[in-house]
Amino acid sequence: MTAHPPPFGLFAPDAAPIALPEPFVRWFAQHGWAPRPHQLELLAKAEAGASVLLIAPTGAGKTLAGFLPALVDLSRRRRRKPGERPRGVHTLYVSPLKALATDIARNLERPVAEIGLSVTLETRTGDTSQVRRQRQKLKPPDILLTTPEQLALLIAAKDAADFFSDLRYVVFDELHSLVTSKRGHLLALGLARLRKLRPDLQTIGLSATVSEPAELCRWLVAQRPGASPEADLITVEGGAKPDIAILQSEERVPWQGHTARYALPEIYAAIKAHRTTLLFVNTRSQAELLFQELWRINDDTLPIALHHGSLDVGQRRKVEAAMAKNELRAVVATSTLDLGIDWGDVDLVVHVGAPKGASRLAQRIGRANHRMDEPSKAILVPANRFEVMECRAALDANYLGAQDTPPLRDGALDVLAQHVLGMAVAAPFRSGDLYDEITSAAPYAGLPRETFDRIVEFVATGGYALKVYERYAKIRLTEDGTWRLTHPRFAQAYRMNAGTIIEAPMLEIRMIRRRTASAIVRGGRALGKIEEAFLETLSPGDTFLFAGEVLRFEGIHETSCLVTKAASEEPKVPYYGGSKFPLTTYLAKEVRAMLADPARWSVLPDQVRDWLSIQKLKSVIPGPDDLLVETFPNGKLSHMVLYPFEGRLAHQTLGMLLTRRLERARAMPLGFVATDYAISIWGRRDLGEMIAKGSLSLDALFDEDMLGDDLESWMADSWLLKRTFRQCAVISGLIEKRHPGQEKTGRQVTVSTDLVYDVLRAHEPDHILMQATWADAATGLLDVSRVSDLLARIKHHIVHRDLDQISPLAVPVMLEIGRESVVGEARDADLREASREAMIALAMGEPGN
Amino acid sequence: MNALARRRRHVECEALEISLAGERVACDPSGVLYLPAEDCLIVSDLHLEKGAAFARRGMFLPPYDTAATLSLLALALDRWRPARVVCLGDSFHDRKGAALMPAGEREALASLMRGRDWIWIAGNHDPEPPVGIGGETHGEISVGALAFRHEPSAGPRRGEVSGHLHPVARLAGRGSRRACFATDGDRMILPSFGVTTGGLNVLDRAFHGLFDMPRALACMIGHAGIYPVRFGALSAG
Repeated sequence: MTAHPPPFGLFAPDAAPIALPEPFVRWFAQHGWAPRPHQLELLAKAEAGASVLLIAPTGAGKTLAGFLPALVDLSRRRRRKPGERPRGVHTLYVSPLKALATDIARNLERPVAEIGLSVTLETRTGDTSQVRRQRQKLKPPDILLTTPEQLALLIAAKDAADFFSDLRYVVFDELHSLVTSKRGHLLALGLARLRKLRPDLQTIGLSATVSEPAELCRWLVAQRPGASPEADLITVEGGAKPDIAILQSEERVPWQGHTARYALPEIYAAIKAHRTTLLFVNTRSQAELLFQELWRINDDTLPIALHHGSLDVGQRRKVEAAMAKNELRAVVATSTLDLGIDWGDVDLVVHVGAPKGASRLAQRIGRANHRMDEPSKAILVPANRFEVMECRAALDANYLGAQDTPPLRDGALDVLAQHVLGMAVAAPFRSGDLYDEITSAAPYAGLPRETFDRIVEFVATGGYALKVYERYAKIRLTEDGTWRLTHPRFAQAYRMNAGTIIEAPMLEIRMIRRRTASAIVRGGRALGKIEEAFLETLSPGDTFLFAGEVLRFEGIHETSCLVTKAASEEPKVPYYGGSKFPLTTYLAKEVRAMLADPARWSVLPDQVRDWLSIQKLKSVIPGPDDLLVETFPNGKLSHMVLYPFEGRLAHQTLGMLLTRRLERARAMPLGFVATDYAISIWGRRDLGEMIAKGSLSLDALFDEDMLGDDLESWMADSWLLKRTFRQCAVISGLIEKRHPGQEKTGRQVTVSTDLVYDVLRAHEPDHILMQATWADAATGLLDVSRVSDLLARIKHHIVHRDLDQISPLAVPVMLEIGRESVVGEARDADLREASREAMIALAMGEPGN
Repeated sequence: MNALARRRRHVECEALEISLAGERVACDPSGVLYLPAEDCLIVSDLHLEKGAAFARRGMFLPPYDTAATLSLLALALDRWRPARVVCLGDSFHDRKGAALMPAGEREALASLMRGRDWIWIAGNHDPEPPVGIGGETHGEISVGALAFRHEPSAGPRRGEVSGHLHPVARLAGRGSRRACFATDGDRMILPSFGVTTGGLNVLDRAFHGLFDMPRALACMIGHAGIYPVRFGALSAG
């Protein structure tokens, strides 16, 4: 058996001078290790009173670096005398994942014991028992490892000031992933409160490489009006460059689709040739499919497992345990494994489908190897021809060290509303003080006072222009100038609903024996959870893939989805298998540049090169900043295909807007379909001819003003906006998921947020929650900001080609038609059709006779 | 289009005339039922003051639902001009709703009630007569061959018209949920009328045993009319 590598990336001693207390020096020496320079540098800066951001690749010993200042400080602390008041928490560690907090606690226990420190460390997550939470409150551990949601609860407690009275350090792990979401906003507000309780508090951020480190440095320290101070930055350069290749397949790369089925034999061969392979895909459905297909050809019955967030927790833990013990040869996984958990000896990462972002690719490849000095090995498997170019661009970016992590958004208003209530639960507040505190958090540094005041009104009584809820206020401005909670039950409700992870309503999947006609079925093995929205598209008898099995949908019983084992091996119902991540702006630009420059095609496989060459012959290859618009007939319809390369979400928005404009120009559009790369719109009139004759102007069609009038009026009633509103309504506390005395699942929420939205939009369209919804939608589901950038970019750069037939470049998007539903307002045609028979029966007499 | 705007446009759509336990009735796309023989209009599950009921528990839903529901009801009353109105229960979302209703809404409701017989059927949300509103309150009443009550009674019952379950239906395959009148020609369950009331699929267990399945129809409210669809052509969810 080979020796285990040292924890935290500690390697053979070098000559670095050690400014460490004696027990630490001895501990390092005993193991034949030495602290790394960045670990000592971080310690020195922290000792000097600074907050620090450490950016380092996986395997660089980030975790120990982050805890070293705390451990050193704790080692110098004198023992508490009997009768002295119990000490509060000394160091708080916040991680995005429960599992990661647990993992880190376990990894820290060993050095703490070996160094001989008298330090207590405990985790506190959603899984921590009530008994243990109470003990933690009465006897706080020195180091507490927790999640953003738990921090929100801790600071909303009445005894928060005592609990944190000795707090010296807060360590944020995987900060790059925490800050991009609403959880990050909540966490930033929590940090602002901690700083108020302990003004001398120091923060330490641990992060993977990001495109704008300065943003994170500001996030870590208090912001002031007119100044944006930053934490100190320590950057550790990456170790060995990863060894990444694009799969060179003997098979034909498909035109479209996301399954990469063509490459299966080659993927299987790669698994056989390595010890342990991690296979990443972008969505759960892709994971299910790949897993099933691999087992179909698994003649050697290699232990291959499946891991995604919807699987039953028990099943996931089993896979994780087997993985840690190196019992598996391969795991097919979605992003649940993206974050830094230790995963045994993975020696190959296979990425099936394009990674959609250069930084995401780098982080996933980082899984392959936790030893910084050995190169990670990875294979990219593009699922279609455009993905070949995208994989190539991602690979080039990886070698260049380019980063395309998303820019940080302004703090969300729904999160702010939740926090304001939490602060009222903690203690009465003056709005001026709370405003100053909140704007010290980087995401809220630019928050106008007026918006803040409207949020306070929203928390108090809903913030409606029609002030009829005053008597039911949750918080009320009292004579001493403070806002106070009006009833303790609101504190209870807050504690039950705090947090920002909003999941789509999920139903539990239960495997039953074949359903009998009348019996109500109980029990059955739980397989995991599935989105309600997906089930709504199924009829009893339909088959689909889940947990590696083909299941037959039997029906829904309360909050369970009942399934039986399906007889066939082929699932009948496919569902959207593309990426949930849109293509990043950076990669999109790279793909456009690669497309525009035939000299760069030499790195592409022959078949892809041929495809582009024929495109050049039959139509045109657009320049890097051009927007190519092709029109051609297809059967009785006329098609317009454009290639913006801005990702599916932005394309969907653009497609809706263009269809509306074409309607107004009497071009009679019938529908459209959007992919990550292109949009195809079709209609009855000859679009090419309309453009040629000047009755349709492309410049006018793509004019930037479409984001104003058209977007407002049309998107306001789209399901995308309603879904966004639902999130905002729940996070802001307008609607409670859980109410004291009754447990509710997503399915049982008694209020339809869609209907609430309709009423609010009709009566008070500029309500603060509507504003929050629009702000979310602009960067989220609608990706409006990207559409706006696109429209500015292509102004005067539209290249139109009217063709006799479909162009090579158009084939992939044309093949998507019919696979995906066209987004548009549902009409009555289906209903009329379905009612015909009953209509006739009615006309003839009694219904049904 | 906004769901409220869509409902306002239902005034322009034709009602579906069918025979219920031998009585001629019209299922109006606004969600009300009209009985020509008795000049009587039936509406179910108004859930007035639902926003306020939630506000009393700390969830500040928009305070505009009552006004919106009443303005839709006004359109339906204007269309049929009935001499008598029966509200099939859950007219108010909670027991305090009627007493604490703001003056504006109170006046709007009073003007709808003026000059006609108005009957409140007690529902599970509003078991007592509405305070200070007027009208008569009953647990159940009979009009012609039909009997009106809030909750459907278990098992078949010819001529019963009820609400409570908020029936909605969805076509098998694609399509969104639509509110519907559920009927088998013998009895009927009305859709909920209130603007913020959700729905329960007619294939849900709660509807089991209420209808003679081969004859059961969901008269679904579409954008431009009412469409009767057999239960066999529907899907759950």
